[in-house]
Amino acid sequence: MQFLANPARFLKIANAAIPFCWAMTLALFAAGLFGAFVTSPADYQQGETVRIMYIHVPAAVMAQFCYALMAVLSAVAIIFRHPLADAGAKAAAPLGAAFCFLALATGSIWGKPMWGTWWEWDARMTSTFILLILYMGYIAIWQAIDDPHKAAPLARIVALVGSLMLPVIKFSVDWWNTLHQPASVLRLDKPAVDTSMLWVLLTMVAAYGFLFLSLHLTATRSEIAARKLRSARLNEIGAR
Amino acid sequence: MTALAAIIARDLTLALRQGGGLGPALGFVLAVLVMVPLSVGPDQATLQRLAPGIMWLTLLLSVLLTADRIFSQDLEDGSLEVMKTAGLWLEGVAFAKAAAHWVSVSLPLAIIAPFLGLLLNIDAGRIAVLLLAMVIGSLGLSMLAAIGGAVTAGLRRGGLLATLLILPLYVPTLIFGISATSADLGPSGSLPSLLVLTAVTLMSCVISPWASAAALRTYLK
Repeated sequence: MQFLANPARFLKIANAAIPFCWAMTLALFAAGLFGAFVTSPADYQQGETVRIMYIHVPAAVMAQFCYALMAVLSAVAIIFRHPLADAGAKAAAPLGAAFCFLALATGSIWGKPMWGTWWEWDARMTSTFILLILYMGYIAIWQAIDDPHKAAPLARIVALVGSLMLPVIKFSVDWWNTLHQPASVLRLDKPAVDTSMLWVLLTMVAAYGFLFLSLHLTATRSEIAARKLRSARLNEIGAR
Repeated sequence: MTALAAIIARDLTLALRQGGGLGPALGFVLAVLVMVPLSVGPDQATLQRLAPGIMWLTLLLSVLLTADRIFSQDLEDGSLEVMKTAGLWLEGVAFAKAAAHWVSVSLPLAIIAPFLGLLLNIDAGRIAVLLLAMVIGSLGLSMLAAIGGAVTAGLRRGGLLATLLILPLYVPTLIFGISATSADLGPSGSLPSLLVLTAVTLMSCVISPWASAAALRTYLK
């Protein structure tokens, strides 16, 4: 981990890895989308709408993964004073928020034909919604403070407190839902995913993972560049 | 320990003589109460069903609106700097100030709010349990509000940001606070909800001082 602490070394590795990651993203999306639209069967209950699953489930997985990564990077920044961890956590937040939004939007589109409503205050949807708000708070704290060296320690606290409370929030929302959810709402029990669908789904998860990796590396690289630019400008002003 | 007691006493005196904390917060609660029948209609049955939820919501929001008072003034005038240089344990200071906020703002509101629920035709039999839940929950609310107040203490316009940061963290308190008064209780009544609510509050008491103190340190450098 300390190996990557040197920004120059990180940039070298990132520059080499980014084209590879994009190539993997394109290849996996091509294979995954082909599988999703062509080879995978329609569900016997849900029909063709089941294909929304292939873009919905990976987005939900990535939304949670991004928050976990953000929390881990924030902890790394506090414990090891790793100089790049803050930049990485900052770069992960908008991506996580976007995945969250994608999961909510596709879930809503899926919900219309399946549950007959655009929005259901179902436990998972509610906690994904709350996750989106947590992301927005984290992004807002970076935006509120100009100096990244001042914003970083506060953003770490926000991310870590959020990650500590997240399991409690998740638990309480699940509990709330079982209390309030009327039994009359028809819920399809999820059938165990058939292997023909599972492979496509896993490919799509991998595609989303590489998409995240490509975007995240690029965003971290831009963040490093932005900081360099900022300190160069400050030096210039100081030299005057 | 004496230092903590001194800080709490100081903050309470300030709150009492300076005003501006409880007064406007109570005014806010009353203003929201007027808005509720105006927005959903004066139907007594509807109001009765909504009453506990509305009372919790106004409690959460009024506690949040006073969150920036916990630290920002003391950061601005240098009191926190003095406390830090005096060698006081910053986590303890943060805890004391959050506790003072609870006693001066959240606790009075939590005691008044269930009775104000009568204006919304709240079921009189539920007032006692709502009062208990709010008294327990309000401590957690103040503690979590202190985190938001500390993180945004040095910002010019931190109020809205603090609200955005803290409101999602209020979800567990709200859910278990509401479920203690909900109609469809199991055989064990509202005890389980109150116990979980207490647990959430205690957890907030543990997290809050560390997070607040860490945030304050970045401003005190």
